[in-house]
Amino acid sequence: MDSATVFRADGVGKTYPGVRANDDVSFEIAKGEIHALLGENGAGKSTLVKMIYGLVRPDDGHMTLLDRPHEPSDPRAARAAGVAMVFQHFSLFDALTVAENIALGMENPPPRRELADRITKVSHEFGLPLNPARRVVTLSAGERQRVEIIRCLLQNPRLLIMDEPTSVLTPQEAELLFATLRKLAAQGTAILYISHKLEEIRAHCDRATILRHGRVVDSCNPRDHSANQLAAMMVGGEMRAVDRSGRNAGETLLDLRDLSLPAPTAEGVALKSVSLSLRAGEILGIGGVAGNGQEELLAALSGEMPSTPGTLSVEGADLSQAGPAARRRAGLLAAPEDRLGHAAVPDFSLTENTLLTAGDRKSLVRRGLIDHDAARDFAQAVIATFDVRTPGPGTAAKALSGGNLQKFVIGREVLQDPRVLVVNQPTWGVDAGAAAAVRQSLLDLARSGAGVIVISQDLDEILELSDRFCALNEGRLSDPVPTEGLTLERIGLMLGGAHGMEEARI
Amino acid sequence: MIQLVPRTGASGLWQVATPVLAVLATMLTGGLLFALLGHDPVAAIRTIFWDPLFGMAASYSRPQLLVKAAPLILIASGLAVGFRAGIWNIGAEGQYIIGGITGAGVALALHPLDAFWIFPAMVLAGLAGGWAWGMIPALLRNWFGASEILVSLMLVYVAQRVAAWMAFGPMKNPEGFGFPGSRNLQQYPSASNPELFANTGAHWGVFAALAAVVATWVLMSRHIRGFHIRAAGTAPRAARFAGVRPQVLVAFCLGLSGALAGAAGLFEVAGPAGQVTDKLGVGYGFTAIIVAFLGRLHPVGILLAGLLLALTYIGGELAQLTMQLPAASVQVFQGMLLFFLLGFDILTRFRIVRRVRA
Amino acid sequence: MIDPLSVFLLLLSASTPILFAALGELVVERAGVLNLGVEGMMITGALAGFAVAHATGNPFAGFVAAAVAGAAISTLFAALTQAFLANQVASGLALTLFGLGLAAMFGKPFEGVKAPPMPAGPLGINWIVWLGLLAVPAIWWFLTRSRRGLILRGVGENHEAAHALGYDVRLTRLAAIAFGGAMAGIGGAFISIATVLQWTEGMTAGAGWIALAIVVFSNWTAVGVLAGAWLFGGVTVLQLRLQAAGVNVPVQLLSMAPYLATIIVLVLISGRQKYSRRAGAAAPGSLGQNFHALR
Repeated sequence: MDSATVFRADGVGKTYPGVRANDDVSFEIAKGEIHALLGENGAGKSTLVKMIYGLVRPDDGHMTLLDRPHEPSDPRAARAAGVAMVFQHFSLFDALTVAENIALGMENPPPRRELADRITKVSHEFGLPLNPARRVVTLSAGERQRVEIIRCLLQNPRLLIMDEPTSVLTPQEAELLFATLRKLAAQGTAILYISHKLEEIRAHCDRATILRHGRVVDSCNPRDHSANQLAAMMVGGEMRAVDRSGRNAGETLLDLRDLSLPAPTAEGVALKSVSLSLRAGEILGIGGVAGNGQEELLAALSGEMPSTPGTLSVEGADLSQAGPAARRRAGLLAAPEDRLGHAAVPDFSLTENTLLTAGDRKSLVRRGLIDHDAARDFAQAVIATFDVRTPGPGTAAKALSGGNLQKFVIGREVLQDPRVLVVNQPTWGVDAGAAAAVRQSLLDLARSGAGVIVISQDLDEILELSDRFCALNEGRLSDPVPTEGLTLERIGLMLGGAHGMEEARI
Repeated sequence: MIQLVPRTGASGLWQVATPVLAVLATMLTGGLLFALLGHDPVAAIRTIFWDPLFGMAASYSRPQLLVKAAPLILIASGLAVGFRAGIWNIGAEGQYIIGGITGAGVALALHPLDAFWIFPAMVLAGLAGGWAWGMIPALLRNWFGASEILVSLMLVYVAQRVAAWMAFGPMKNPEGFGFPGSRNLQQYPSASNPELFANTGAHWGVFAALAAVVATWVLMSRHIRGFHIRAAGTAPRAARFAGVRPQVLVAFCLGLSGALAGAAGLFEVAGPAGQVTDKLGVGYGFTAIIVAFLGRLHPVGILLAGLLLALTYIGGELAQLTMQLPAASVQVFQGMLLFFLLGFDILTRFRIVRRVRA
Repeated sequence: MIDPLSVFLLLLSASTPILFAALGELVVERAGVLNLGVEGMMITGALAGFAVAHATGNPFAGFVAAAVAGAAISTLFAALTQAFLANQVASGLALTLFGLGLAAMFGKPFEGVKAPPMPAGPLGINWIVWLGLLAVPAIWWFLTRSRRGLILRGVGENHEAAHALGYDVRLTRLAAIAFGGAMAGIGGAFISIATVLQWTEGMTAGAGWIALAIVVFSNWTAVGVLAGAWLFGGVTVLQLRLQAAGVNVPVQLLSMAPYLATIIVLVLISGRQKYSRRAGAAAPGSLGQNFHALR
């Protein structure tokens, strides 16, 4: 084994009941290398890193870390061996302080005061300043990630795993993160970087291992390939381009005037004087880093959070105080981000899930009584029209893959002929095929004369779909700009730049 | 290596099988317990579960079955609706007591007037009393976010003391020779809830219980409000997205279960119990929680579970008489039943998979 | 003339059962578990403690037995919720119903028996009262200053994250539940051995439920639990004093006071807690949710 190799996997495999999550995975990471692990949702990236971090045990194959067999029985053993990990969904404790969070991520944390000093010192060294006494619940998404990173850095890891770290960062914040990572790599840390953002990987990673259906399908230097070539390796075929022709903006459908709402929960964001107008046949893209008011904006539009009279109207009718059912009757429909538990009831069948939003518009409910046959027919129609892969309308929502459920949720709203449709993160966690289908259906809906609002963190998606772009930053919505000729850098600045991060200083 | 794998849909077979398993396990464990206490386990189980229906005293105990089952089913039907929505009314005992008091209050105020409308008015008053007592935790939760579990339970203790106060004070029978307790409504024809068919035990409460079963079945499986209740119980955010206002649901569920419990209390006071005493609450409100779970929160299941638990009451009394089993053994039985049911419930939500390592 | 010191001593005594039970439940809830079986564990402790104290003539042996019995019966709840992943609300109710029944069944022979006398502790205050008062800073220290307490809070705040960091969610919760059972057992035994001095069916009379309310009132802090327990003790003593003084209010209405006070306290405190997460101590994030990890 090459002494420059920090980590190696040999024929690693893992089977869950019914799924072969990883199969014969082999790759190695060199000292000081930023190594990308690239793959679609469900390609097996998460399972693989969970095995390295000791959360899941491989069924076959073996791993080597620093020339020693790597068989961690739990994450603490993995940490002791020199592995650190920054999770995609942060493994943080909201009610605890920054210092307590970091102590929980360490094997033998120093006494409280000493730990606080070290946090302050290390975080400033890396340009990621943190106050150890703050409670995590009061931090922004970017600051929370800093807590995770500092937690890792304090343990001097030999292998640092980062699971989709930039999904919560603005482009500028992401640049700063990469500066930190490069510094770490220069000090000899090996970094395993998981992402599906191709440009980012091309710009910053030294090698890429590509996973598809749990297997390694390729390994390359990402700089030698175009983003399209990488995408083709990832999905195993060419991507179909969406068709955005034939759309004309008509009269104004939806008008928001100076809409303000307090934060619904301690973790939530207040909406501050949001104004926008949406015209028929138009797609308005709203970009922003997660946790800047996207969920609240959707709730304000769907009717889950009513606002003061005069702030929201559809085709001239004031619906500010109307609940979700009344707004649906008026033609204002929505599809929230969280498919399982918000847009759909996980334990209910697809038939029952149509009753969640389509009861009135599709006459599935008359005088309070449910017409189960009509509901099943409608579910069947959504399944057929949107190519939802499922045994039938009696299947529970939670049994569908993310992509198929998303097609169902979007299809359920689109088939109700909305005047205005609002979607939040329509392709988040969805495989490429389903994502393309969802995007095309939104374009088709706009072409038929409806107004569509796409709230998304995926800036490429927004640029691909929308006619105008607004940025949502800390609950404030920017003025719209046409998407023609908009650059990522300009968008990044609209999204609040680097949110006050400072440049690294070592 | 044994592993639990979540099911994608609840298993229909196990939904029905787990209550049966739980009953069998309870009989087994209960038998062991009785053996430990020095009783013949087979005789004890037979006395509790068989003799009331088919034993020597069956002609006396069979009618008791409906008398005991009616309040259990009536209360449990309402509770189950709330439990489906994740709204935990565990104070049905208090709503039962207050319903009994308000219902009886109408009769006592009108005594000795003779009119056909007195009994219906009492039923309405019982419903209203239980409803109002149930609305207290509902409103405190909606206005202040106070836990309905704790408030509804605290109100049981308050209701018990209201009953005692009534029995010793305002409602005390003026012709009762100083004994606590109200007039006996069984001796006041316009206000009494008699056995309607001889030797069946069927009083008006039995028909009310059946009506409640049918009505909650329609509500939960055919009506959009029932759909919303079920959605709110498993995915509250999805229910809000559908247009459900949680506060309305809280008021509806606590009000409904309170009203049904109040009606059960009235039927009891005007019928089998006959009068308001400080012992008005006999635990039906708590046992009904077990009935609701054992019946899988389903109206038909509740009907069967109510009959079964009524059987344990009667069988327990019989066993106390004939075998000197402690009176509390019924309570132990009921508690065990709920334990086993909750334990076996894992089979409805998970598959147990044996895995062989490759 | 009411002597304030003697009133305070009565208050201490009246608040001790609730203090123990609520401190135990505080630790349980901080670990993310809602155990509504406090009443059942208290009555179990009350009976087991009384029985052993009576049999041995040693009240302290009774308290040890009560702790063991409370912990033992709590493992039923632990098994249901941690191994069988049953609903915590329903399981807690089952524990209460079962405990009440079990105690009533096995308690029959002890009815009418007197408890052995208990030697007074320092300053004439009961040893167990002292123990309860010492438990407050001990639990405060454990929760806020110790490593294990930090892990316990982590498990309660976000069990997914705690698992991802390699902490054993289930084991932590098992230990917390057993501790809560032991504390509830001691609290129940204080009623039978040190206050009422005999065994009667259902003698805990809702104290376990009041303890649950006091945990909410405490905003999930040890000092808050002490304040809540004293508040409750104060209401009880006041109510008894009014009864003794022959106030012109029916006894039945006066005896509602502790329960009404509990409701009022819940109302006052719950409204305020809606936004208190930012300030730290508040309901743990994973409270009442079960955890199941696929490996």
